[in-house]
Amino acid sequence: MDLENQAAIKSIADDVGTENLMVVLGMPGEGLRLAVETLTTGDPSWAGPLAGVSLGLPVFHILEEQVRSQVPEDIYADKLLMMEMVLDLPQIENDLADLRTVG
Amino acid sequence: MFKGKKVIALGERDGVPGPLIAECLEAAGAEIVFQKTECFV
Repeated sequence: MDLENQAAIKSIADDVGTENLMVVLGMPGEGLRLAVETLTTGDPSWAGPLAGVSLGLPVFHILEEQVRSQVPEDIYADKLLMMEMVLDLPQIENDLADLRTVG
Repeated sequence: MFKGKKVIALGERDGVPGPLIAECLEAAGAEIVFQKTECFV
């Protein structure tokens, strides 16, 4: 995960705390796995500000059912429906299920 | 789920971009505290 983004997210977590903070991601594949790991147990590459920092943030993907169902239908149809068709949604949900089991 | 929550929206160029995630979640009641689009290489 981008080192600047790690620094920004660490700063936000320090400022507002993690109790009321959550993360919603938009990436598929390996990027998703790395982001989830970085934001829960710490940067797996040990290169960024979140190395060794277990924020334990709740992490979701914008297209998983429990999240996309919260988006008003008209906005979903306008903004996300196309992405749902392009990205491999079952794969994203399977990856998240695996990561949550591990975590 | 998102009402009253502070949310970090982290998108990707090859997936859903950050601003799009932010816009959708704001409509769902979230307070977006950070949004960015990463470029995974």
